[in-house]
Amino acid sequence: MTHRILIAVDDPNMRMSLEFMFRREGFDVSVAHNDAATLAAVAEQPPELVLLDLNAAGHSSFDVCQALRAQDVPSGPRIVLLSAKGRDTDIAKGLALGADAYLTKPCPTRALLQQANALLEVTA
Amino acid sequence: MNPRNRPDRRVLLALVALGGVMLLWAAVTAALVWSTLAPAGRSALAELSDSMAALGGLTLLFVLLGVAPGLNALVRHYVKPPARLLEEARTLLGTDATRAPTAHGTPDNRALGEVILALAQQRDALRADVAQQVQAASRSIEQERSRLAALMSELTQSVVVCNLDGRILLYNTRARLQFRALSDAPGVASGAELIGLGRSIYTVFDRKRVAHALENIQQRRQRGVASPSAQFVTTTRAGQLLRAQMTAVTRAPDDGDGAAITGFVLMLDNITREFEEESARDALLLALTEGSRASLASMQAAIDMLDLPDLEPAMRERFQTVIRDEIGAMGARLHTLADNAAKGIKTRWPLEDMLGEDLLSAAQRRIDAPGRLRAGIEEGDDGGGALWLKVDSFSLLQALASLAERLADEYDIRSVSLRLGRAAQAGRAHLDLIWQGQTMSTETIMGWQMDDMVSGGERSPLSVRDVVERHGGEFWLERERVRHRAFFRFLLPLASEREQLDAAELFPLGSRPEYYDFDLFQTSESGCALADRRLTELTYTVFDTETTGLNPGGGDEIIQIGAARIVNGKLLRQESFEQLVDPQRPIPAASIPIHGITQDQVDGQPTIAAVLPAFHAFAQDTVLVAHNAAFDMRFLQLKEAATGLRFEQPVLDTLLLSALVHPNQESHRLEAIAERFNITVIGRHTALGDAIVTAEVFLRLIPLLAEKGIHTLGEAREAAQQTYYARLKY
Repeated sequence: MTHRILIAVDDPNMRMSLEFMFRREGFDVSVAHNDAATLAAVAEQPPELVLLDLNAAGHSSFDVCQALRAQDVPSGPRIVLLSAKGRDTDIAKGLALGADAYLTKPCPTRALLQQANALLEVTA
Repeated sequence: MNPRNRPDRRVLLALVALGGVMLLWAAVTAALVWSTLAPAGRSALAELSDSMAALGGLTLLFVLLGVAPGLNALVRHYVKPPARLLEEARTLLGTDATRAPTAHGTPDNRALGEVILALAQQRDALRADVAQQVQAASRSIEQERSRLAALMSELTQSVVVCNLDGRILLYNTRARLQFRALSDAPGVASGAELIGLGRSIYTVFDRKRVAHALENIQQRRQRGVASPSAQFVTTTRAGQLLRAQMTAVTRAPDDGDGAAITGFVLMLDNITREFEEESARDALLLALTEGSRASLASMQAAIDMLDLPDLEPAMRERFQTVIRDEIGAMGARLHTLADNAAKGIKTRWPLEDMLGEDLLSAAQRRIDAPGRLRAGIEEGDDGGGALWLKVDSFSLLQALASLAERLADEYDIRSVSLRLGRAAQAGRAHLDLIWQGQTMSTETIMGWQMDDMVSGGERSPLSVRDVVERHGGEFWLERERVRHRAFFRFLLPLASEREQLDAAELFPLGSRPEYYDFDLFQTSESGCALADRRLTELTYTVFDTETTGLNPGGGDEIIQIGAARIVNGKLLRQESFEQLVDPQRPIPAASIPIHGITQDQVDGQPTIAAVLPAFHAFAQDTVLVAHNAAFDMRFLQLKEAATGLRFEQPVLDTLLLSALVHPNQESHRLEAIAERFNITVIGRHTALGDAIVTAEVFLRLIPLLAEKGIHTLGEAREAAQQTYYARLKY
């Protein structure tokens, strides 16, 4: 079975690599480049996993993560936060706001893939 | 009759008493004889005594006359001298005179006189001694005070001392400058409305914050901490960040009551700029780490994809572009960081502000070694002497001197010159050490930079390189081939604009102004109403206005306000207020000779709407004093509606008070009163000049009012109301 994954990443370079990789691994991939698009995409067709990396001015992975969790869907999507903010306070905040995993950049794409698979296996 | 020889009344009394005693004796004897005799004998005796009575009286008289001189002499010798001595001793006791009492009579009496004299002399000596000691003590206190004031005014840290009510009783120049930066209206009142003797520190600091800090100190003192201090950071109304370090002022331990806190010392730092720099540095660091992480992540992902063997050429190209992009972005980020960090570096080593001219002449003195090496100063193109540098002058002078000495020793250079100029790089100046003739190799220069500096036979642990780094600067050798010269160039930081201003303003204070009044330690906000406070202990704002005319109701406007403060009976000239005001109407030509203010001068000045709030703050918590106050107050009152500011303080009028103490004088114009009091008038008919004259007049009026039994503010106002002039409402 193919897993649905939403790649919500504002940095185009990063987005391109991730999109390429996940497609190659056989995921059903959709992308979003800002917070509004992310929320719209989730509402339209809920993915199993959201990879969040929104940092540009006015967007924040934290806000989107919180908004997704606030929707109170019983089995909402798994959320992985990918962020350049690497202080332990950032990590604590991300997890407290409902992320299932927090990965600090830079990290190998393999680790990202493993994390995604691990989360999806638990749900499956 | 000579009064000296006139018999004393006591002698006469004694003679009468003696006569009486003898008569009594004769009578008793006669009565006893009579009682023993037979009737025949009695009649014979009666007959006999009749004829004998006259004789008896005569002998009595003779006896008395014979005794009288002796008695008189006795009285003169034994009774009168002690009495006289007593009187003289009383005189000595009652007055300061010390003369030998004229002691006569018995040797004992004379000796007593001498003892009294000795005692009086001893008393005088003691008195003189006490007076001398008091004088010496007060002189040394005065010396200590002025030494302290001098010390304070030179400090580069700003210091404010307050009593427990938060009233300022000492502050220094630096504090005054700092408070200027805090003022809401820096151009108008220059912070004088915030800092001043007797003013409340709570206009700047939150009262609760200060109380909290004091409480902390108190608690730690109770726990036995020797000299606790508290620190707090607070934002002011003007948005500045102030760090205050507080220590308590305690009563001297021998003053009883333990060591109770009587006030506190605040050392203030305006950390707005430091904080901004620190924040900027943090932001920079954060941008660097987060930005780099993002770039690295993108590159990592792209490389991971490039590792895939089956990648299509188009995709491969795209991932390579990603890597190139991100490398470029990281390079740009590092470049910005490096630029900013170079600016930040100068704050690491504490550098002092120094005028270029001073640095040059100090360097010249340091290098000049008569007979061996001459040092001159070369004028730069852009007047480098006027530049303000940020330097560690000690180590920099050492570097210059050591370089010059090596030139002399190793290359036989006999003359060098110094040159300072603004560098092409913003915020930098270059300082050159120039010589004519031979230059050296790059390796040699390298060595000279790295070697420990030696100058005047002393070796320093620092190298020229260290000194340069300390300044966040640079150092190199340059050759002027055309003029056959070479020079070492130091690139040094300039002081920033605001720092230059501060430093420049610290200088022009000629005489040391009064920035302290320790008597305020004693005063406390007594519960007694303002009207019952004594005139001598109140704080006054003495002010004057210049106006376009005499008719406030008819459109005349204020064109200048000047004011001075009186605290604890002292006129504080430097805590003054002087401001021209744009009346927003033409100044009538007829009035110009009176106030000497022309239209040009008021154009571009703030309007009354901007000036009045500053003056209102300046006059806060004080009693207003003006000459013919009704006139000035009328102008202020007419602005109440427009500015919303009410001057509700009590007002005293020197014109009325003068009429009160000198009711028979014809004129109570300010000039006339000043002349009566022999006050030198300087700068009359400027608002501040007049305000100062008024203040001097007022200070002389206070004791004269006291002679009339007018001691308190309430009494003064009431008495002034009743004077003739008071009935002339303006």
